[in-house]
Amino acid sequence: MIEQIDLTMVNWARATFALTAMYHWIFVPLTLGLSFLCAFFESIYVRTGNEQWKSLTKFWMTLFGINFAIGVATGIILEFEFGTNWSNYSWMVGDIFGAPLAIEGILAFFLEATFFAVMFFGWNRVSKKFHLFSTWMVAVGSNLSALWILVANGWMQNPIGMKFNPDLARFEMQDFWGLISSPVAISHFVHATSSGFLLASLFVVGISSWYLLKKRHIQFAKRSIAVACVFGLFSSLFVAYTGDEHAFITARTQPMKLAAMEALYDGKTPSGLVAVGLVNADKKPGDDQDAFSFKVEIPGMLSLLAKRSFTGFVPGINDLVFGNAEENLIGVEEKIRRGKLAVAGLGDYKAAKSAGEQLAASNALSLFDQHRDYLGYGYLESAEQAVPPVSTVFYSFRIMVGLGVFFILLFLVYIYLLEKQQLEDKPTILKLGVISLFLGYVAQQAGWVVTEVGRQPWAIQDMLPVTIARSNLDSGTVAVTFFLFLALFTALLIAELRIMTKQISIGPEGD
Amino acid sequence: MFGSLDWSTLQQLWWLIVAVVGSLFVFLTFVQGGQTLILTLPGTEDEKTLMVNSLGRKWELTFTTLVLFGGAFYASFPLFYASSFGGAYWVWIAILFTFIIQAVSYEYRKKPNNFLGKKTYEVFMFVNGSVGILLIGAAIGTFFTGSNFTLNEYNLVKWTHPLRGLEAAFSLFNLSFGLFLVFLARTLGALYLANNLAHESLVARLKNSSFNNLLCALPFLLYVLISLVLMDGYAVNPADGTVTMEANKYLNNLLQMPLNLILLLAGLVLVVLGVVINRFTASVRGIWPSGLGTVLTCLAVFFLAGYNNTSFYPSKVDLGSSLTIYNASSSHYTLTAMSYVALLVPFVLAYITWVWRQMDSKKLTVEELAADKKSY
Repeated sequence: MIEQIDLTMVNWARATFALTAMYHWIFVPLTLGLSFLCAFFESIYVRTGNEQWKSLTKFWMTLFGINFAIGVATGIILEFEFGTNWSNYSWMVGDIFGAPLAIEGILAFFLEATFFAVMFFGWNRVSKKFHLFSTWMVAVGSNLSALWILVANGWMQNPIGMKFNPDLARFEMQDFWGLISSPVAISHFVHATSSGFLLASLFVVGISSWYLLKKRHIQFAKRSIAVACVFGLFSSLFVAYTGDEHAFITARTQPMKLAAMEALYDGKTPSGLVAVGLVNADKKPGDDQDAFSFKVEIPGMLSLLAKRSFTGFVPGINDLVFGNAEENLIGVEEKIRRGKLAVAGLGDYKAAKSAGEQLAASNALSLFDQHRDYLGYGYLESAEQAVPPVSTVFYSFRIMVGLGVFFILLFLVYIYLLEKQQLEDKPTILKLGVISLFLGYVAQQAGWVVTEVGRQPWAIQDMLPVTIARSNLDSGTVAVTFFLFLALFTALLIAELRIMTKQISIGPEGD
Repeated sequence: MFGSLDWSTLQQLWWLIVAVVGSLFVFLTFVQGGQTLILTLPGTEDEKTLMVNSLGRKWELTFTTLVLFGGAFYASFPLFYASSFGGAYWVWIAILFTFIIQAVSYEYRKKPNNFLGKKTYEVFMFVNGSVGILLIGAAIGTFFTGSNFTLNEYNLVKWTHPLRGLEAAFSLFNLSFGLFLVFLARTLGALYLANNLAHESLVARLKNSSFNNLLCALPFLLYVLISLVLMDGYAVNPADGTVTMEANKYLNNLLQMPLNLILLLAGLVLVVLGVVINRFTASVRGIWPSGLGTVLTCLAVFFLAGYNNTSFYPSKVDLGSSLTIYNASSSHYTLTAMSYVALLVPFVLAYITWVWRQMDSKKLTVEELAADKKSY
């Protein structure tokens, strides 16, 4: 299918996509959560008529607007990058993947764009209630847009509801409802959006804590913290719950990713969860080295998390690469063999068809049909290629989970101290609150590293490797684009941070 | 309902939907056109602030419509999305760049400590309104002049020109198309602002500006129209899908689709009418006839490119690789599912119109902006 695979180009394209996505995800989670917090604040204002709540709402809206603009800027490039850098992907799965992107535009982006103008400039142009309605619509619109793109991403993690059409050489949608109600998509959506609520709560808590430390805008800060902590606590508990569910689904749909998350090479019954560990970076599938140079393990816990049973078998990387007859697991080596038969069958089918040889075409098609489930594996060169970077995924997962647990405790402490009227007197806790704002961003990025690096080498899990999904570009072209984006996004990020910090130092109006 | 339609009907329906979204986008480029006016037209800082804020209440609609245009093309004609974006790489990257820098410009332009300085953000807006629209026009021009790509037996694209799409801007036809869109956007921008602002002297200048920009647009429009009726076009044989060159194909399309000819002429007349109303009467409502005219004209252009057995994204290096609405589309199933989703479009348009009316019932004044600390 592809005459010559240029791995350097593929890596630049991956780097460009990772760069864009990581920059985009700096701004998106804050938009998702802060939009709801602004709606909460304004609802309190409309209910009480207290102008201080209006001023508070407007302050957080100002920060929302600064963040939103750069989120939009980095978002447009993501949609079109599927076409520019991954054009083979766009053709091969566009029949399925394009739909959620279009629906996102129709159902979500217009809600955001239309009501955003009212939210910011409608205070004196529309009624109080209509303004509040608009703020809620922005929150709903933002989160709906997350729904559709995460449905699309969920499908990339667990492709369902489609069939390969050998005549057109593409996958075609067979089950729209299956696509949007896929447990992977839903679990992706709820986990990612609730993590956005959590981040926004940390954002409000962090900035308000800074005001308390500086003895400025005390009343404003305490009110903001009160709302944000309650929202943050519920969100962080929900994040933990959905995270657990997400890992359980991952065990079923992407066992290699789960094995990498745990640096688990040899599956066991029962399997322990490594709470803390140092991964041996030299370890390769099939060798005799230890996977860890140090680890603290909770016995049976991984089996419980992945299989909902203390005795469940969790396959390791070696089981998945080399197969495990006892557990009825076909290894990657065998899948590659079958995949290459599918690739050959497809090639022969196309050649026979264009030559008008019906019988040969029919034979080739039946060979292809026999092995079509392994088509993606046919493009891998070695079984080791199917293993994602273990250390990166392992550590990112622990950073995310560790911080997630810490945030729950942080919100509990904040609520307790607020209730006891002691928060202002605890500078250490307030400083921790400020630092947690940055930790929130670290946890967000770590989560996506687990999701996306853990899926490698696949663009579409088990179906389409990134080496095939790419555009027909030379590596220099994509490298230039990478540095252009890097320079532009970094400049815009600096601008955003400078504007944001200036607005924070100015503080809310009339307070 | 849609499931019972045959595949070709759905393909035609989706070309219509894409055309509607694309045409609305071109109307909404009044934002981009207005952005190119802010460096020269306002006489004072207050006037500039008024213009930026008026446009700033609408820029996201244009932006979102562009995103939807991309999404709708992706969902309905993925082979175009893959071939054009992955092939004409640099032209799309350049267009996207101009929209990235636009997206932050309104919000950051006057904010203290904004790193790049107010002037830079104004230049960003200008670049978006000029280079961005010019390149979009050039890209649309290739619907008629063709592009440099081939598709292999797996429908994977290979671009054959080293400029990767930027070569489109060196064709006189494409360049004229782009410049026409730039001046049309400026015309629409001036019309929109004249209707939205309460500032006598600025509005008077805007009224003149819309007329002058239309005059600038006319030579390019005439060149495009004359070229279109004279040029050979990419015809599709409906029996086997092969593409061949046909003399005066687009003239033939206009004659064989008389409704489309009427659409094109009515659209152009309405565009001119709106400008004439603004220039020669006291009315400032010319944006509406001109806006409607823009939509009708663009619809006619899309229909000309895609209907009546025409290749809408032809390859000039390999006719067999040319894209038609029949060989580039999604499956029957996907088009059916998306058609149900598209039923929501009128609802979306209705609430946009409703909110627009709510927000624009009062004209924007210098005093209102001075009192609003959130203004751009």
